[in-house]
Amino acid sequence: MEVGMHTDSKSRAETGAESGPRGPGCSLRHFACEQNLLSRPDGSASFMQGVAEKSREQLIRNTCEAVVLGALHPRTSITVVLQVISDAGSLLACCLNAACMALVDAGVPMRALFCGVTCALDADGTLVLDPTAKQEKEARAVLTFALDSVERKLLMSTTKGLYSDAELQQCLAAAQTASQHVFRFYRESLQRRYSKS
Amino acid sequence: MAAGFKTVEPLEYYRRFLKENCRPDGRELGEFRTTTVNIGSISTADGSALVKLGNTTVICGVKAEFAAPPTDAPDKGYVVPNVDLPPLCSSKFRSGPPGEEAQVASQFIADVIENSQIIQKEDLCISPGKLPEVTINEETALAEVNLKKKNYLNIRTHPVATSFAVFDDTLLIVDPTGEEEHLATGTLTIVMDEEGKLCCLHKPGGSGLTGAKLQDCMSRAVTRHKEVKKLMDEVIKSMKPK
Repeated sequence: MEVGMHTDSKSRAETGAESGPRGPGCSLRHFACEQNLLSRPDGSASFMQGVAEKSREQLIRNTCEAVVLGALHPRTSITVVLQVISDAGSLLACCLNAACMALVDAGVPMRALFCGVTCALDADGTLVLDPTAKQEKEARAVLTFALDSVERKLLMSTTKGLYSDAELQQCLAAAQTASQHVFRFYRESLQRRYSKS
Repeated sequence: MAAGFKTVEPLEYYRRFLKENCRPDGRELGEFRTTTVNIGSISTADGSALVKLGNTTVICGVKAEFAAPPTDAPDKGYVVPNVDLPPLCSSKFRSGPPGEEAQVASQFIADVIENSQIIQKEDLCISPGKLPEVTINEETALAEVNLKKKNYLNIRTHPVATSFAVFDDTLLIVDPTGEEEHLATGTLTIVMDEEGKLCCLHKPGGSGLTGAKLQDCMSRAVTRHKEVKKLMDEVIKSMKPK
């Protein structure tokens, strides 16, 4: 079964959903999602948020493996193909979101949804959620988390740079709050999709 | 009889031990294996170290070479880590090009060296932007640096890694063995330096962890850092000055 998806910065089809202006206390950029755009794979999704190196592949694969109920599909291989169309920062988080939406679109049974959130800490210790490429480069530390939808537990984390324990807890708490917005957006975009078809 | 049960139901066998808060090798859930550190064993390398954590053994060699600096940073040197997982160490590795695990490990080491700023890349530069003092070797007609003029590298921090495994989404154990890692539902590695700053929090998927459990892991990483630092200090003191 193949699941294809791409992180798209240009297309905003009417069938897709878009998130509204940023709510108070949440500094994530605007995002949009569109599903079932490719005809050949079983499911596909496009996720736009403001390398497929081996380590990134491994992180995404292990996150999907933790969530997908593989026991219901024995002797089956689930291939997730991610194609980066444009990178404006927070790439890994966007890849995780795209992977989750595509798995949902393909109808793969999962025990929870997951989302990716990136935090950047700059030199004074100010926290910036969902940093742009410029903010990431100038940051002292960049932390990417994958959180699950059921209890907001930490599924995956990868960090770059030096930071203290207290800063980690602060970033994690901010990421958990931000993940609520992402999950709400998933729900809305899926509702919109299924209410039309 | 126990060996048969272990082969047929390894997870159930392991759970029986976990219920009693211990592990098959007799350790507690929060106990590390015996750690041994040995340095200077490879005489042909500029520096080397051998670390044993129970039965897991890693040998590391460091060699310095004369090279041109990258064009975008003419006053910095660079470090190229390479992790080799040969078939000698485990039956899951085959000979041939490096597998995914070796590549990921090399990337991980590169990230830790970069994040912890263990050495200043400027220290690796002999003379910025121009050629250092060289002599032309008459036989090979290549430039050679005078190898007698070597300085010790300035090590700024001492990052120490602690690894954990998550079982059944709830139980956290420290320093998993190969079998335990295989049965675990998730793994976590924390690299911490002496000021309590984290160089790396590597959790490649697996079951979820709450913030409180993460805090627990941090405190164990701090204790572990102190133990390992003591070991390293003893080893360095015993090293004969050249």
